[in-house]
This record gives sequence, C-alpha cells and structure tokens, in this order.
Amino acid sequence: MTEVLLEIDNLSVDYETGRGDLKALRNISFSLNKGEIVGIVGESGCGKSTLISSILRLTAPNTRFREGEVRFKGRNLLNISEQDMRSLRGSDISIVFQDPMQTHNPVLTIGRQMLDIQHRSSATKAEKLHRAAEMLSAVGIPDPQARLKQFPHEFSGGMRQRIAIAMALMSEPDLLIADEPTTALDATLEVQIIEHLRSLQQDMNCAVLFISHHLGVIAELCDRVVVMYAGAVVESGDVREIFGNPKHPYTRRLIDCDPGHIKERARVLPTIPGEVPDLANLPKGCIFRERCDQAMPRCTASVPPLQTIAEITGHRAACWLNHEEMAS
Amino acid sequence: MSLLQVQDLKTSYGKVNVLAGVSFQVEPGETYALVGESGSGKTTVIRAIAGLAPAQHGSVKFNGMEIRGASERKLRPLRKDIAMMFQDPVGSLSPRLTVGRLITEPYKIQGMKDRDLNLEAKRLLEMVNLPSHFADRFPYQLSGGQARRVGVARALALEPKLILADEPTAGLDVSVQGELLNLLNDLRERLGLAMVIITHNLNVVRHVADRMGIMYLGRLVEEGTTEEIFRASRHPYTRCLLSANSEPDPDARLERIALKGEPPSLLTRPHGCEFRERCPFAHSGCERVPVWEVENGHGLRCLAPLTS
Ligand SMILES: Nc1ncnc2c1ncn2[C@@H]1O[C@H](COP(=O)(O)OP(=O)(O)OP(=O)(O)O)[C@@H](O)[C@H]1O
Ligand SMILES: Nc1ncnc2c1ncn2[C@@H]1O[C@H](COP(=O)(O)OP(=O)(O)OP(=O)(O)O)[C@@H](O)[C@H]1O
Ligand code: SF4
Ligand SMILES: [Mg+2]
Ligand SMILES: [Mg+2]
Repeated sequence: MTEVLLEIDNLSVDYETGRGDLKALRNISFSLNKGEIVGIVGESGCGKSTLISSILRLTAPNTRFREGEVRFKGRNLLNISEQDMRSLRGSDISIVFQDPMQTHNPVLTIGRQMLDIQHRSSATKAEKLHRAAEMLSAVGIPDPQARLKQFPHEFSGGMRQRIAIAMALMSEPDLLIADEPTTALDATLEVQIIEHLRSLQQDMNCAVLFISHHLGVIAELCDRVVVMYAGAVVESGDVREIFGNPKHPYTRRLIDCDPGHIKERARVLPTIPGEVPDLANLPKGCIFRERCDQAMPRCTASVPPLQTIAEITGHRAACWLNHEEMAS
Repeated sequence: MSLLQVQDLKTSYGKVNVLAGVSFQVEPGETYALVGESGSGKTTVIRAIAGLAPAQHGSVKFNGMEIRGASERKLRPLRKDIAMMFQDPVGSLSPRLTVGRLITEPYKIQGMKDRDLNLEAKRLLEMVNLPSHFADRFPYQLSGGQARRVGVARALALEPKLILADEPTAGLDVSVQGELLNLLNDLRERLGLAMVIITHNLNVVRHVADRMGIMYLGRLVEEGTTEEIFRASRHPYTRCLLSANSEPDPDARLERIALKGEPPSLLTRPHGCEFRERCPFAHSGCERVPVWEVENGHGLRCLAPLTS
C-alpha cells in the first residue's frame, strides 16, 4: 500500500536581493511515499538546498514564500506554529545538511551534542552516551568512547559527515532529508552508508529525500528521481526510466556528462555549454532553451508544462519534444 | 629536481599517530591524486605541506627548499606559488567579505597594488563560470557548488605553481565538475601547474591524475600511475576501494570486494600488516610487518600482493 508522506505542491520561493527578486523555486510539485527513497539531482545552484530548507522552514532571512504548500502527513508545514515545526524537526523529520558545520557546534564536544539531541528521551545519561557510542560505531568511527570527548575540528571531513548522519538517525525519523551526505566519504564507506539507509527503509519504513551529484549513488540507492534545473522540476520518474529512458534534454545531457561512463582517460570531459539563466531575470519560454540543442520555435514562445508521459510509472517531463511525440 | 618532495612525514595529535610516515613526490606539471579511506590522513598531509597542520618529523621540500616547520616569514613568498583549496568550501570563506573581496584578497596579501581588483574579480569569476555580479554576494548567499568555485577562483588568483586541492569537485554537478577539471587540465598544459588532489571520486581520479597514492591508516599502501592502478592494482585495500565505485546505471551488477570488520583504532594500531584484520586476502604470514617496496615505479606495502 502506498501512502503519501510528503507532498510539495506548487511551491514557489524567492530570494529578495539588491538586483530584484531571485526566483529560486518555481512551481515545484512532487511527492514522497512512506518508506520511499527519492533522489534529487540537478545543476549546482538549481535550488536543491533552497527546497529542503523551505520544507524545514530553515531559510535565510531574505527568503519569501510566494505560493504553494508543503504537506507532511497531510499538514501544511508552511502555516503550522514555530513550536510545532520545532517538535517535528529532529523527531519525525531529520536532516543532514550539505555543510556538516551547520549541524555541529564547534565549541561543544561531539558527545555533548549527541546527548543534547536525545533530550526528549527518558533514558539515563549513561544510557544515552552508550547509544551515542553505538551510533558512531555504526557509521564506522573507531574508538567511539574516546571520540565522544573530542570537538568537531578534531575529526576528518568524512567523519564529521558520518556523525551528522548518525545524529540525524538517532530519533528514528519517518523522513530523513540528506543534502549531499556522502561527498567526503570514500567509496567503501559510501556503500556502507547506502546499505545502512536501505536497511532503515526496510526495517523502519523510513523515507529518504536524498540530494546528490553522484549519479552512481542515485542509481544505486533511489526508487525515484526528481531532476531540477534552474529552480524548476524538469523531469521525474522511476530511477530506471530516468537513467534508461530520459525524456528531457537536460537529463540526457547530465547523464552523458558523468565521467563514470568514460573508462579511458579523457583530456577534455563533456560539459553542457552555456550558462544557467539569471533567476532574477528569467528568459521567456523553456528554461533550458538557451542550452538545448533540440530547441524549436515553440520553446521560445511558451513554457512547457511538467506533463505526465506514462501514467503507470508516473514519469513526468517538461519539454515540448514529448508533445510532438505524442501528437505524431 | 621534483617540485614537491615529501619524505617520511609524521604527525601526531597527543598519543594518536595520524601520519605514520608518508613519502611521495610531484614533478612540475604533474597531477598526483591522494585517495583512501576517510580518516586515513589525506587532509592532514596537504595541510602539513602548507604549514597548516603540525608535522613532528620528516621533510617537505618545495623546489629543493625545506619548508617543514619554516617560519611564516620564510613561507610568505611561497604562498604565491603554493595555493590551497579547502575541503570545507563555505567554512573556509570569511562570512563578512564579499565574493569579490575574497577572490582578490591574495593580491592584497602579496602587496600587489598595481592590480585593478574589479577587473581581476571579473576575470576569475569568468574562469570558474560564475556571472560577474556574484562579486557582490556574501558566502551565505551561495549554493554549495558556487562556494566551491569561489574557493577555486581564489586559489588560482596568483597563478600558483602547485595547487593542494582537497576535494575540489565535491558538491559540483557532473557538468560543472567537467568544466573545472577541463580548466585545471588547461592550466597544467599552459602554465605547467602541478597539483596534489584529494578526492573520493574515483571517476575524477581516472581523468585528472597522472599518478596516485592510496592511503590507509596514515600510510601509503600503494602508489603508481593512475592507468596502472586502475588496470592492475596489487594491494587488497586498493582492490576493495576501486570495486566499491558505483555505476550510473540502476541495473549495473557490481562485483564488490567487501572489507571485513571495523576501521581499526588509531590508539592501538594493529600488529603486523595494519590492514590484516580487514583484508579479505590475509593469511597467517601477514602477521609480519610489510615494508614499502618499489618495482618499476609501482610502490606497494603488502606481504601477499595480488596478481590479476
Ligand atoms: N540567501 C540567498 N540570497 C540570495 N540568493 C541565494 C541565497 N541562497 C542561495 N541563493 C541562490 O539561489 C540559488 C539556489 O541555491 P541552492 O543553494 O538552493 O542551490 P543547490 O541546488 O543546493 O546548489 P548546489 O548543488 O551547488 O549546492 C543559487 O543560484 C544561489 O546562488
Ligand atoms: N586537529 C586535530 N586534532 C586531533 N585529531 C585530528 C585533528 N585533525 C585531524 N585529526 C585526526 O586525524 C585523522 C586523519 O584526519 P584527516 O582529516 O587527515 O583525514 P582524511 O583522510 O582527510 O579523511 P576524510 O576523507 O574523511 O576527509 C582522523 O582520525 C582525525 O580525527
Ligand atoms: S522544451 Fe524545447 S528548449 Fe526546452 S528542453 Fe524541450 S526541446 Fe529543449
Ligand atoms: Mg546545495
Ligand atoms: Mg579530508
């Protein structure tokens, strides 16, 4: 039985800047079922971190919510009280930030921080410390007892990232949001973390929203994938559809750029020529048009809607090419 | 003469030996990749080279000159030739400076007063493919990947001879990553730039590095040309690591070689071969301590090297 856990519904968010409003997210819609692992991929700066900080209402001061809803278990998180929001964060919803320093307080030991996040539990201090040490060891940190006494700067980059993951999992959340949680992990540890998340999915029915630029990890971990470009969802669907039968030119180009496909040393790696459009000054028509090698006159005239291509799989894409296909 | 020569570098924090003797060299124009387990000491190696982490023992020579433990006065002129890209992009940028100030700061530090800083900022931003109006932004207004690129622009400002790059492409999408690697390749060809690059991304290593060293528990366990390591690595740890790389294909069937057990304690280092307890190929002979042996430029620390 699939049951919707998180629903992003037509969400639009701006950043107010000296150059005018930056339209960082525009009409974002997708949903996440209970126990499902959904990946978000997209160009650097396309709004992935903005999206998750919006879901959690942890946005920069110059953020403006323009329209849309974020529903978690049916409640719109954008209009519940700050107190309710705070009690959701760190219990039902956990987050691993892109920058681990956003999680760790530099002047407190890791042990202190891992005690603090268990403040809701009625266990004794010794029990809580024991559990903290167990969690550290579960993410591959040796000498956990001794390590609990250390400060964040005494850990390696990948260790800090793993501690952030361990801390996010301590509350056994229904939803884990992870923003590039494996960038500082070597390949063997990355696999270990993927397996860990998989078993959480199976044992505790924990859903995961997983942001990563590592397409190999996305392919291996995720059930479904959402592809973003310049503040909009351009494609979404089952992981096999996205990798095997992409329906948006940006998705195709992105996958082609992955050096994982290229086994011989290349002097020049493939890229997507051109620049991302200025979000404070959006071009007309399709957002990808200036960089798209398949653009047609229609692409300048109007914005292609995000449309369902296959009912059964729920594959969606925002590109006029698919409309041509359907017409012919 | 090598551009950079690191010899038997050792670092400890209190009783913990983080680096237990690391040696390697980098020639002008060469890219050397340091890969290996998270926590194995890669960041400490390059921070020690740059004088930002302690190194109680060993030698670091840049252009033949000893720089380990050198005074800031002696190092100052070298700061122009050796640039660092930090692992944590946002944390390494001071939050109160605009991007424009941040990337042109190296000119100020070096006392290069004749430069038009606005023009330089524009040039550097263009180089890392960021629009010029980003010069007015503050670090918190950048995405993770944009902050990374600002760090790269700053490191390239003075056209260094050697770049110490700690995960320079982490947090970049594959297309921007490709642009950055192409830029670095280009600088290497045009300016003879040499680089020590730390990365967990094995797909990146394959395309940028001439040679690579694999670290485990504060030591190099294998070293060779990148081509040779990917084709015929001989150390079991290297094999495990390379086999763990995931493929951008949901149906890929991966034949992984799993590590056994848990990462070992630095407080009580394992006896014999330090990889023994986790090695899927270990046998009783591995209780001896393997020495570093070099054959045809391929270095190895293993008592039972693998053949293909
Ligand atoms: N506080 C802010 N004020 C103005 N612009 C901002 C602010 N925060 C982010 N931005 C801009 O909004 C856009 C989206 O940023 P976001 O951090 O969401 O990107 P991202 O998809 O997470 O990128 P990355 O993969 O590089 O981390 C970027 O162009 C960024 O420069
Ligand atoms: N300032 C410090 N004080 C105490 N221990 C430290 C300090 N800096 C690093 N260490 C320890 O040294 C070891 C090596 O850390 P280092 O950051 O060099 O690893 P790394 O190979 O870069 O790992 P990663 O891939 O996770 O970034 C780790 O055990 C770390 O906890
Ligand atoms: S709508 Fe047109 S410009 Fe946009 S991606 Fe499709 S073909 Fe390219
Ligand atoms: Mg981000
Ligand atoms: Mg590191």
